Amino acid sequence: MSETEFLLWVRGPAFQVATIIFLLGVVVRILEILVLGRKPDLAEARGSAVAGGLRAIISRSFAERATLQRTAFTEVTGWIFHIGIFVILLLFAPHILLFEEVFGVSWPALPTTVIDATTIVTIIALLAVLIHRIANPVMRFLSRFQDYLVWLVTILPLVTGYMAFHRIGLTPTMLIAVHILSVELLMVTFPFTKLMHAFTLFMSRYYDGAIAGYKGVNS
Amino acid sequence: MSGASLERGLHAFKEAIDAPVASFFSSCVRCGLCAHACLFYTETGDPKYTPIHKLEPLRRVWQQEYSFWGRFAKALGLSRPVSDDMLTEWETLVYDSCTMCGRCSMVCPVGNDIAYMIRRMREGMAASGHAPQGLIGATQRAVTIGSPMGVKLPALQAQIRHIEQDTGLKIPMDVEGADYLCLLSSMEIMNFPEYTESLAKIFKHAGVSWTLSSEAFEATNSGIQIGVSEIAAELVQRIVDAAEKLKVKTVISPECGHAYMAIRWEGPNLIGKPFNFKVLHILEVLDELREQGRLKTTGKEAQRLTYHDPCQIARRGGVVQQPRNLLNMVADDFVEMPEAGTMNWCCGAGGGVSSNERADELRLKVFNRKKAQLDAVKAEGLVSACSNCRIHLEEGLEEYHMDIPVLSLTETIAEHLAEDKT
Repeated sequence: MSETEFLLWVRGPAFQVATIIFLLGVVVRILEILVLGRKPDLAEARGSAVAGGLRAIISRSFAERATLQRTAFTEVTGWIFHIGIFVILLLFAPHILLFEEVFGVSWPALPTTVIDATTIVTIIALLAVLIHRIANPVMRFLSRFQDYLVWLVTILPLVTGYMAFHRIGLTPTMLIAVHILSVELLMVTFPFTKLMHAFTLFMSRYYDGAIAGYKGVNS
Repeated sequence: MSGASLERGLHAFKEAIDAPVASFFSSCVRCGLCAHACLFYTETGDPKYTPIHKLEPLRRVWQQEYSFWGRFAKALGLSRPVSDDMLTEWETLVYDSCTMCGRCSMVCPVGNDIAYMIRRMREGMAASGHAPQGLIGATQRAVTIGSPMGVKLPALQAQIRHIEQDTGLKIPMDVEGADYLCLLSSMEIMNFPEYTESLAKIFKHAGVSWTLSSEAFEATNSGIQIGVSEIAAELVQRIVDAAEKLKVKTVISPECGHAYMAIRWEGPNLIGKPFNFKVLHILEVLDELREQGRLKTTGKEAQRLTYHDPCQIARRGGVVQQPRNLLNMVADDFVEMPEAGTMNWCCGAGGGVSSNERADELRLKVFNRKKAQLDAVKAEGLVSACSNCRIHLEEGLEEYHMDIPVLSLTETIAEHLAEDKT
């Protein structure tokens, strides 16, 4: 297989398979939660479950002050790498072109120097997250193989993307092929791991906020 | 609790998993933030007390039974089933080092209500024969005698006679058509008769018609703490029967956080139908009377008072502002502890921990968190509204050589009643 053939395979059949596994997997994982259902609450409500649930979807992005002080490292690195990933994914010109190809909509991009800097910051944040996971007694205790796997498949697209942009190590064709492949690895891993939280956290936050809101508590 | 087996336990675990639980386990990223919200972790530094870890057996059942990938792995024989040994190991985590205070549920960035899951998990622990002896005893006494502490009606009647002789007040019993039916906790009957006396004073002052019931005076519910819903439902039903028989409009939960959770929020769900009466916590009733101008006080406490929010009343119950309104009536120097209100730290003895002697040492150790909160405001008096908290606060303060009186809010209000009304 030549380099060009490899790139074509990565962009063609491999991408299709990864997309199908990703979409199907995510739908199955969400449905398997919803079908379990929930008994209606028979106690007299003091507040609104719906309002509480919707509030929690937003409010759980922000820790209250004392908690933030106790867990600043986790909070700050978490914020940085999440924002970084979304900025790079959604505001890098070549990515926007891809979205335009698939969905037919486009939006303005950030200058590549900004994306470049964001990538470095995000990679550093993810390295810090890994070191924290290994060094912190609680996180090391909680961690299982999956946590390290998910870390790896999350950082790979960032590293390969950075290498592709700066043409480090391989030919441009191979670099872009490897980058796309790393994204496909992320997509395939997604439905089977805690990466699912990107979707299910809207459900868990809603349920938590609804349970509290029904009782008149801001959660 | 009879006929407990691993099989029954695993079945109960499966029953405990609903859509919220599945969404919680699906969302956990093992960030470890919940550890820092739990006094059992912060005061010991032991990672095994991380709240989400206490749920590992339940998580495993969820994964193997309700997740696509987990079922696949199970079919291939790749997953380890939950064993009796595992549950033995988890028993102390689920019962001794969790008060179901729900503080972890407030900080989880993906919104996992961990306390909700612990409550449900205990159903499987009890069904598999992994509940602590202390709680089993309390639950058996609640079912057979009517009180987890073994308090029988004659004991209550004797106490009522004492109060009536001392004060000249009437404690109404089994009065049909009264507006309010008051429940008591055994702890109040045995250790804090002043509470009942205070109710009599306040209700006379405010002109409230109320009664106790000889058939249902116990408010606490061991069935919930141990995690046996059938028993919990039976205990709730006793109260419902008494309330319906006496045709009261409202049932009042006493100064006990857990009892409030049991009757106000879990009660109708346990018996499977809505109540045809209201349930209020005594603090809600007092605050209503205050608002209506029926509660008049005189004089104020001069010492610096602070308020300990019982978890099930504030964070898990939604009664947060009422005690503040009431305290401001009778306190000159009321100060809030850091993180007061819905983020208050548990005293360390809720959720059945105080009925479980095995946990005695641990609950006194983690009281250090409350000590830090109290030190921060240099409180001279600690007011609360839960007799279980109160007993443990007194014990903890003694253990840490702190000379701070613990006061009941209801009793403090009663002491300051204006005497212009007759």
